[in-house]
Amino acid sequence: MLKFLTLVGREIRSYFCSATAYIVLCFFLLLTGFNFYIDISLLSRHATEITVVEVFFNSIAFWIGFILIFPPITMRSFSEEFKLGTIEMLMTAPVRDWQVVLAKFCGAVFFYIVLWLPSFLYFVFFERITQAQAAHASGAYISTYLLLLLVGMFFISIGCFTSVLTQNQIVAAVMSFCVITIFFFGGLLAYFMPNISPMLREIVGYFSTLEHMGEFTKGIIDSRRLVFYGTATFFMLVLTHQFLQYRRWKV
Amino acid sequence: MIKVENLTKRYAGFTAIKDLSFEVGKGEIVGFLGPNGAGKSTTMRILSTYMPATSGRVSIAGYDVFTQSMEARRHIGYMPENVPLYTEMRVNEYLSYRASLKEITGSRKKERIADVKELCALRDVENRIIGTLSKGYRQRVGLADALLHSPDLLILDEPTAGLDPNQIRQVRDLIRNLGKHHTILLSTHILPEVEMTCNRVIIINKGKIEAADTPENLVQQMRAAGGIRLEAKPGCPKEEAVAQLTALKGIKEVSTGEEEDGWLHFTLRTDAGSDPREEIWRLATDRRWTVRELSRRRATLEDVFVELTHGDEI
Repeated sequence: MLKFLTLVGREIRSYFCSATAYIVLCFFLLLTGFNFYIDISLLSRHATEITVVEVFFNSIAFWIGFILIFPPITMRSFSEEFKLGTIEMLMTAPVRDWQVVLAKFCGAVFFYIVLWLPSFLYFVFFERITQAQAAHASGAYISTYLLLLLVGMFFISIGCFTSVLTQNQIVAAVMSFCVITIFFFGGLLAYFMPNISPMLREIVGYFSTLEHMGEFTKGIIDSRRLVFYGTATFFMLVLTHQFLQYRRWKV
Repeated sequence: MIKVENLTKRYAGFTAIKDLSFEVGKGEIVGFLGPNGAGKSTTMRILSTYMPATSGRVSIAGYDVFTQSMEARRHIGYMPENVPLYTEMRVNEYLSYRASLKEITGSRKKERIADVKELCALRDVENRIIGTLSKGYRQRVGLADALLHSPDLLILDEPTAGLDPNQIRQVRDLIRNLGKHHTILLSTHILPEVEMTCNRVIIINKGKIEAADTPENLVQQMRAAGGIRLEAKPGCPKEEAVAQLTALKGIKEVSTGEEEDGWLHFTLRTDAGSDPREEIWRLATDRRWTVRELSRRRATLEDVFVELTHGDEI
């Protein structure tokens, strides 16, 4: 356990030692801040039933910014180790492969959580200033942030996987961006093609992050989604572990 | 300490090492030599548990590197080629991080870090960022890391590559000192190095062991089948002189160099155990050659290396 924490600690430290982290943080804060401002000004035009939380987390501008943050977070994780050769030092210390994979994943998730922390203040300030509710109930915050965490974990695991495939960070970033984008826009298929069969619509809906967010921002916690993102993340991490072993095999 | 049996590693399309078998006893300092691409790094990577072999067995301190990898790793201090390090960390941070990974905790951790810093002369740079250190210091950080958990076996892949002569000397002295308490397997291209530090040498070429012995014995064998240098004015055509020399007993092969103001350089390869200098002198006086040099060349480990890995004449 101590070894695992040491590994996670180094991952977190390496995030905050690099400029990428601060660029991503700034970019993300600017984008979400701007987005929040637009949403509020839209809502303030006329009375509506829709809450701030619902509008904020369901706008397409938010999602485009959202899928952009994962490649820079995860592209370094394995690629850099392979590039520098430090993977050789790491894998000859008495640590197991799965500890390394999990530590890299947890480090990235930690950074992702840090990224989201300031956004919570938006709603705190909003409620303070306007004396109005930003969500129907406080449970909506919990469900929304829970889904954000789960989706983030899944996308981070995709990023870890693409990073283990190559020693080129750019290639890793582009690959993870492609996979995440395909997954995300695949879920929007129902919007693009209104005439698809109901069964296909249901299947697509099962993978549609945007639809899931619609439910969760209303405060509905659907356990199917939890299971879906949980298993998908687990599957990607297992794949990452397998490829890490495979790469050492062939060097 | 190390037992390698029939080790083979195949990559897609080519075989890096073929059926390698050797043993290294406790307390030995063994030099692992071979030209680039001979399979040295591959072998060391397998020994260090980084990479699994295609077939064959390796045990370190009695633990199989594949099936008991974690146990084996606790007995190995490994320094890969080019010493990869996390460049954004400070020396102290890095050593502390590595110590935790190697299960060294509490007061022992402090003690060990202080010890290795002392041993590798890292006190002056302990708070510097690794990325700003010179190659020599990085090499020492790598070595300090390998020593942290006081392993029984040190595997050093080209520990002196890219260092200046002073640094090479420092590293050499360090290795020699370490040899008192550790078993060491090191690879290098600098052959006088090996003659000075190692008890035993393993020369590999194209994935196979060509020779394994003490440096003295290897050189001895080479010296026995060594070369003779003759510089003379034979007063007859070159081909005739060569034919006469080749006819002498105990001479395997004669080659000639450039002619310089009428002086001809001959390099003679002799049979093992024979010393035909006397016959050569007699031939020269009989035929009235003018001789200005007749000497036996001292073979070095370099000759052994070249002979074994290229098959060229010495």
